[in-house]
Amino acid sequence: MGEEDYYLELCERPVQFEKANPVNCVFFDEANKQVFAVRSGGATGVVVKGPDDRNPISFRMDDKGEVKCIKFSLENKILAVQRTSKTVDFCNFIPDNSQLEYTQECKTKNANILGFCWTSSTEIVFITDQGIEFYQVLPEKRSLKLLKSHNLNVNWYMYCPESAVILLSTTVLENVLQPFHFRAGTMSKLPKFEIELPAAPKSTKPSLSERDIAMATIYGQLYVLFLRHHSRTSNSTGAEVVLYHLPREGACKKMHILKLNRTGKFALNVVDNLVVVHHQDTETSVIFDLKLRGEFDGSVTFHHPVLPARSIQPYQIPIAGKTGSAEESVLPFHHVAGFTMIFGSYLWNLQVKLEPIVNLLPDKGRLMDFLLQRKECKMVILSVCSQMLSESDRASLPVIATVFDKLNHEYKKYLDAEQSYAMAVEAGQSRSSPLLKRPVRTQAVLDQSDVYTHVLSAFVEKKEMPHKFVIAVLMEYIRSLNQFQIAVQHYLHELVIKTLVQHNLFYMLHQFLQYHVLSDSKPLACLLLSLESFYPPAHQLSLDMLKRLSTANDEIVEVLLSKHQVLAALRFIRGIGGHDNISARKFLDAAKQTEDNMLFYTIFRFFEQRNQRLRGSPNFTPGEHCEEHVAFFKQIFGDQALMRPTTF
Amino acid sequence: MAAAAAGAGSGAWAAQEKQFPPALLSFFIYNPRFGPREGEEENKILFYHPNEVEKNEKIRNVGLCEAIVQFTRTFSPSKPAKSLHTQKNRQFFNEPEENFWMVMVVRNPIIEKQSKDGKPIIEYQEEELLDKVYSSVLQQCYSMYKLFNGTFLKAMEDGGVKLLKERLEKFFHRYLQTLHLQSCDLLDIFGGISFFPLDKMTYLKIQSFINRMEESLNIVKYTAFLYNDQLIWSGLEQDDMRILYKYLTTSLFPRHIEPELAGRDSPIRAEMPGNLQHYGRFLTGPLNLNDPDAKCRFPKIFVNTDDTYEELHLIVYKVTTIFPSHPTLDFCRRLDSIVGPQLTVLASDICEQFNINKRMSGSEKEPQFKFIYFNHMNLAEKSTVHMRKTPSVSLTSVHPDLMKILGDINSDFTRVDEDEEIIVKAMSDYWVVGKKSDRRELYVILNQKNANLIEVNEEVKKLCATQFNNIFFLD
Repeated sequence: MGEEDYYLELCERPVQFEKANPVNCVFFDEANKQVFAVRSGGATGVVVKGPDDRNPISFRMDDKGEVKCIKFSLENKILAVQRTSKTVDFCNFIPDNSQLEYTQECKTKNANILGFCWTSSTEIVFITDQGIEFYQVLPEKRSLKLLKSHNLNVNWYMYCPESAVILLSTTVLENVLQPFHFRAGTMSKLPKFEIELPAAPKSTKPSLSERDIAMATIYGQLYVLFLRHHSRTSNSTGAEVVLYHLPREGACKKMHILKLNRTGKFALNVVDNLVVVHHQDTETSVIFDLKLRGEFDGSVTFHHPVLPARSIQPYQIPIAGKTGSAEESVLPFHHVAGFTMIFGSYLWNLQVKLEPIVNLLPDKGRLMDFLLQRKECKMVILSVCSQMLSESDRASLPVIATVFDKLNHEYKKYLDAEQSYAMAVEAGQSRSSPLLKRPVRTQAVLDQSDVYTHVLSAFVEKKEMPHKFVIAVLMEYIRSLNQFQIAVQHYLHELVIKTLVQHNLFYMLHQFLQYHVLSDSKPLACLLLSLESFYPPAHQLSLDMLKRLSTANDEIVEVLLSKHQVLAALRFIRGIGGHDNISARKFLDAAKQTEDNMLFYTIFRFFEQRNQRLRGSPNFTPGEHCEEHVAFFKQIFGDQALMRPTTF
Repeated sequence: MAAAAAGAGSGAWAAQEKQFPPALLSFFIYNPRFGPREGEEENKILFYHPNEVEKNEKIRNVGLCEAIVQFTRTFSPSKPAKSLHTQKNRQFFNEPEENFWMVMVVRNPIIEKQSKDGKPIIEYQEEELLDKVYSSVLQQCYSMYKLFNGTFLKAMEDGGVKLLKERLEKFFHRYLQTLHLQSCDLLDIFGGISFFPLDKMTYLKIQSFINRMEESLNIVKYTAFLYNDQLIWSGLEQDDMRILYKYLTTSLFPRHIEPELAGRDSPIRAEMPGNLQHYGRFLTGPLNLNDPDAKCRFPKIFVNTDDTYEELHLIVYKVTTIFPSHPTLDFCRRLDSIVGPQLTVLASDICEQFNINKRMSGSEKEPQFKFIYFNHMNLAEKSTVHMRKTPSVSLTSVHPDLMKILGDINSDFTRVDEDEEIIVKAMSDYWVVGKKSDRRELYVILNQKNANLIEVNEEVKKLCATQFNNIFFLD
């Protein structure tokens, strides 16, 4: 297996901590992604490390017994430590606040605290075997205030920090799940739902194990993931992951099933909206993407792994004090629905490597669907585009068209969102309105300049490419943009023109312009003008374009004058009613240059008449700088030919 | 239509007067180098129509032409004589390849009158024929020959005079019968192409379709796409397309429409859904693809004869026209399977566009004017004067005299480079306006009672504003 084949890897800088041992207890807080190493109950020090912070927090606390659970509130404001099954101790980490510990006992009598979760920097939820209690911590007063509580029998619980939802397992079979949602001092009970357990032999009592459940936010939606193991009685070929969608409002619904086609022990991760399933026996992992098309049976969508199973790329752990390094294959055993992974004394983020996937997914349409949903996709997508246009890996035109269509679909979605945002702002909606959010431009938005700069401009330069293919690709991209009603930038049109000109395909160019495939613009019109010496009709095409733009009348006059078509220029400017404001000198200069005396006479007379009409006298004013032309006129036609002022 | 002012036989006159349209008297091709010595003159003649003419007369006629050309060359070395006017006929000369001369002799139109004593009097109308029209027809003869046979020189290289003579005989024997000299007009001078107006998106889809087809069928070298006898796309160069377009629209398509109208459809078409006229079938090549013995013989055509000199096969698949180098039956099947389904979709798109165009033009009342537009730059041609082209005649909806005025205006335009405008008051209430602006020509025929010059000018301005608002056309 080549190194380029691994599509899962661990982040470069893992969080390293002291291995768990009798004197050192290690805790992981998913909410803050922090690892706590508590030595001797805290007496000899607590070290807290997160994946992002370079500076670990370390402090000491009195050893008041074995620590069962330890977590900071959000923003590391308050530390909560559970040492007994009835109480949780608190300690402020806010400057100027007392650092003396204070304690809260759970309200329900005879209840045992199963654990606690911070839902904000000052709000905490106790989960007991008899229900949940929602508290506000008042650090100044060093006390807690009960906000709300709810009684029910709890087998175990699970917390999803991103969505602030706690899931409680109830009933004997443990398979009825009761979610609660927390937000700014409120606790709301969501509809409970039941996980269907696989049929099991009568001798064993079926029950839902905490280990088989995970919660994760995938594409902005909260899901409860249930790992349904292969049951001997059913004919299913292997284990599967069942995804229950947990909406903000409404009932939970079974939506997706991920077919693992294997049996054994699994671990789940969610990375970049992908569900990663690790198989312990084979030490390989597979990934699933809910957005990729699956088989829909009317109520549930079945998904298969996007890619063949691969191991996580082996990680080199540098060993302090030794020159060498040990390579260890990574086997995730910690069942986390987040994206972190703990192994030995390291905490890693799991990452998906996109580059190897390019070669593992031969279907380019599916590959694009996959890549466009990934966070860091831009450069990979661009490289896929370049690759499919390269000589060795050249894709067929229908495939290229599909890829362009997928890119532009995403691009258009963003443009539409931008536009409706701009319209809303213009309509005077306040910026603070929660409905009005400036659309986020993700990496999946690849606009024309991206494609031009990274893909097309290099592509057209390739000498070995048959020009037929080059033009077909450019036209395909333009077709796709048009299909999504995206205005095509002139530099793409210029690219088409340059390519056609390079291969002397002027007639093709002419036809494209004739059907307005290359949209009108001043730069394009100028480019056409410059082509006149190679292809005379370009002149006509350019003038037509300027005419259609209707904002380029000055340019039209200049073009005509440069061709010594003085009369045509004058007729044109008169036709659009601009002849009162034009410079007489410019036209007289041009007329003189033609060395056609009659033409000069006509032009001169025209301006005399204009002067008469505008100022009541045919004479030119000094400001017009036409003395030289008056003299020339007299010299040729004589003084008496000058127009006489008409007096009334 | 109003009665014509000059010479048009109508009404009561018809009984005494007979009219004879211009007719082809003879047509020959010679090369003076092939028989320079006395007694060998016959060798010069490569083709002569009518063949029945006695040998010595052939030699005499060829000799006369040679002499005229030689003689006039002293006066204008760069531009040799193009035509010779006589009372009874006109001769047109064309030297398409060095030393190869083509000559066409056209009899002037005749009016036969009965004199008082009952004897017929024949009157030749010497001024009726337009040089430019028939010179163009002669040039077209060569272009058409070249399209299907390649150049004269190529035939000489391949098989000497013998082969050239064979080819000429084979081609012109049939082709000359299709020349309808009585209905030649301005459009023959232009040799234009009628383009199908289409929106950008549909056009791009067609582009995409053609590119994909050429990619998957790599023996296809060029593709031309036509709809309703109008061109949408040509991969061929302009000059080649011009003559091919002429062939397709005046010869091949009309030949195939007639049996279709008669209900003798090919078996393949019956399987196609819908009621559109254009569904996949070959106009050249095999009729039935399921027949393994079907012959795959496509006409050969020669393009780019000036530089790369390509020899291709012409495959006309209804709606699309393509040019592969070596087609086989298997190729035809693949083409059918690739092109057929996609074409169904495209055809409905284009048809929709066609209906939109029709609706837009149909919303206006029958206009008071008819026009012919031609752009020298892209050969785009548009005529509301001409009705449907058929293989036999091109029907015009205006009187021949008006057509002649158009031809005269065109000749005037040719003489100068500058833009100009000519307004002619013709007989009855007709006005004829010719405009030339930057290599574009527009001819308008107006029929308005008691209109004056200013009104006519206004009317033409209006026409330009509605019909040609997206091009730079000076008023």
